Amino acid sequence: MRYAETGFNLEIDLSRGNIEKVATDPRETELYLGGLGTNAKILWDRVPPEVDPFSPDNLLIFSAGLLCGTPATGCNRTIVSTISPQTRLMGFSMMGGFWAPELKYAGYDKVVLRGKSPKLVYLWINNDKVELRDASHLQGKGAIETAELIRQELDDPRIQVAAIGLAGENRVYFASVEQGRSSASRGGLGAVMGDKGLKAIAVRGTNDINVARPEEFIELCNEVLDYIKWREEHPIPGVMPILAGLGSPQEMKIHDEKWHTENFSWGNSRVRRKGFWTEEIAKQWTETMESARRRLISCFNCPMKCGATIQMPGLPTYMMKCFTKLTYTMAAFSDLEFGLKIAQKATEYGVDGFSTPQVMAFAIELYEDGILTDKDMPGFPEGNEERFYWLLDKIVRREGIGDILADGTYWAAKKIGKGAEKYAHNTIKKHEQLPLKLSMLNPIYFLMYCTGEKINITQIEGQFPQAPFPKREQREEFVKDWFQVPDEKFKQYFLDWEPRGENSIPFYPTVEMTCDIVDWQEMMHYIDDALGMCAGLSSFPLKPPYHIHNYPKFISAGAGIEMDEESLKQAARRYRTLVRAINIRRGMRRKDEKPPEDHWKKRFPELEKKLLDTYYRYKGWNEEGIPTKETLENLGLDYVSRDFLKRGILKEGEESSTEQSAAGNEQQ
Amino acid sequence: MKAEKEKKKKIIKTIRIDVDKCNGCRACEVICSAYHADPKYSSNNPARSRIRVIREPLRDIYVPVYAGEYTVAECAGRDKYIIDGKEYDECSFCRASCPSRVDFKEPDSGLPLKCDMCEGEDEPLCVKWCLADALIYEEREEEIEEEVEEEVEDLEVGLEALAGKYGMQKILDTVARMSKEG
Repeated sequence: MRYAETGFNLEIDLSRGNIEKVATDPRETELYLGGLGTNAKILWDRVPPEVDPFSPDNLLIFSAGLLCGTPATGCNRTIVSTISPQTRLMGFSMMGGFWAPELKYAGYDKVVLRGKSPKLVYLWINNDKVELRDASHLQGKGAIETAELIRQELDDPRIQVAAIGLAGENRVYFASVEQGRSSASRGGLGAVMGDKGLKAIAVRGTNDINVARPEEFIELCNEVLDYIKWREEHPIPGVMPILAGLGSPQEMKIHDEKWHTENFSWGNSRVRRKGFWTEEIAKQWTETMESARRRLISCFNCPMKCGATIQMPGLPTYMMKCFTKLTYTMAAFSDLEFGLKIAQKATEYGVDGFSTPQVMAFAIELYEDGILTDKDMPGFPEGNEERFYWLLDKIVRREGIGDILADGTYWAAKKIGKGAEKYAHNTIKKHEQLPLKLSMLNPIYFLMYCTGEKINITQIEGQFPQAPFPKREQREEFVKDWFQVPDEKFKQYFLDWEPRGENSIPFYPTVEMTCDIVDWQEMMHYIDDALGMCAGLSSFPLKPPYHIHNYPKFISAGAGIEMDEESLKQAARRYRTLVRAINIRRGMRRKDEKPPEDHWKKRFPELEKKLLDTYYRYKGWNEEGIPTKETLENLGLDYVSRDFLKRGILKEGEESSTEQSAAGNEQQ
Repeated sequence: MKAEKEKKKKIIKTIRIDVDKCNGCRACEVICSAYHADPKYSSNNPARSRIRVIREPLRDIYVPVYAGEYTVAECAGRDKYIIDGKEYDECSFCRASCPSRVDFKEPDSGLPLKCDMCEGEDEPLCVKWCLADALIYEEREEEIEEEVEEEVEDLEVGLEALAGKYGMQKILDTVARMSKEG
């Protein structure tokens, strides 16, 4: 008997309309856990680097995490993986909501899609009955609208639907997969879904998910719930309110936006507006939010209320979460009312709330500077807000200039030329980032931006405070009950971290400390993504209920895979390295590992080089960022090292010389 | 002869449901189905849960309903309720396990499910797991008048009439069958 997982994947060939239920190998679960881990294994095995993102041979995988469907609170994430059309690397984005547990109850851990359907279809998974159904009547429909229409058509309100909107159908490089409350937005997964001719996946399941050691498992769940209750009553003092509690940053609940509006950049991520947050604006925005918000809502089996149903006058209700609240507003130098209105359209179209506003603000800047002209954009309106609606429509339809912008700022700038590249300044690995422009280089964030292969800062940061607390007494107070740390040394790192002076950024935390901190932060995200746990209860917030000390117990009691901290760390290292291997095989190298170019004003090339050199070594990668033969073999990834040697990515004997020179550097 | 009326104290168990506080997470369904699994907590499946959240986020409808009695026939007519401008089907509030819907039936056998208030626990576990406080457990004492004798007398009269009509053996068979199905 398989515990926590079902032991079956659905393999769908959209070209031939073939559907198979395939038993999976339990040894793969032991090695790669599930979710992201086993997705990476499938992509490595079946999608060689020659395969184009829009080739029928590219796979699109919807996976539930290993513990989804068990009573583990907040474990509800779907991990969607493919080769991204924008970055040309492995794209993976997670969504909460209700879809993954429903898939488990239907009897499957993953849906693996290949090929391309000759006409638009949707997949209907109803326990053992799985079919591809005609979706021609859903063509052009909004993502939320589609979900409603499918529920009506199949006559069951409990069906969970993940769907694309017009943007996905038209292969916009930053198209999302929407699922009502949640979305898998980053990396253009929706474009691959549209390319495959798949409008939606509807799922309904009424089967059991078993756990290996029931009493032990429920005890762990109850401990987590008790801790969540306690933690909600004890917000962390001294940090901003959206980060004081658990969950995603509480954007739907908290009205004070001083921090975002004054520290994040407006427009095409250029302009800081100090002093923006006046009493008048606070009042106006609070009123807007209060009247738009119908209810704070949760994902499956989670007490946090990170999302909300939003109803703007005259527009259909939609659901929102987190920072999309402000991205459109700030890109357009507008107000919250505009942001919430255009987000309704954007959600139905199915586009990423980080990339889309940035792409539109980029276009407006190019127009203002004469690089794009009325000839390129016939009919471009005069009014600022109208321009954003106009651009959004053009992009999702790929009409005129929209066809170029729909590839994102990096590719669009290349096509437009005339110096447009300078305007596509806020990307890493060709993917748009949060609009943040700061002064002093932060070594922790430097490494995270450079090496994070989820290509999104919020998906690697967390746990360790974003900034030092001003007073030592505050720091002492903070570390008192900080039991989540993997090692006591992290407490000392934080205690000695000062806002100013010798022990401040960029030279403190030291290079070695920075490596430890970044590795811990990243590891927790990777564990979450394999288990299906929401980052909001684990890797993202300070002092979360899930951590490296209780996760092995959850996996042992839940999935029946004996695990301790060391073996869990080793498993996470294994599939984290496999993700890197997929990207290395697709050409990613050290040159691609850079923060957004003007993210910090004050840069330190020597320190940055040392950080990257040391971290690569720490991770067991050579100076190009390629995992060495020895590293791969230690992780049981011999098949990767053989492939690397065959392709000439690694050369026999090369890594030892790298090790030697690295050691030599250290002695200097 | 009229039986003497007897005053008796009885504990009434209630779950107070605040639909305004429900966030639709369905943790109640999760823990209910886990608790009632055999062995306890060994599996989980909301379709087996004795509490279901009627959930339509776009219409802002969130109603946790827990399973009551089984009924053989569905209602002849169905009403609609409009509360705070939101239209609810009357089934949204109905606790019956009924032919008109799949809720409150074992998915495999179709046998009806009924909430047992997690007998033996301090409080029903759906309440414990609802951190939104949409479900609040309350116990209240009520004094009820029990007319035990009279009830028995009534029962006897009724049964005699039925025995006269169908024959005693048929009544016994039926009672035996019904108690088995319980």
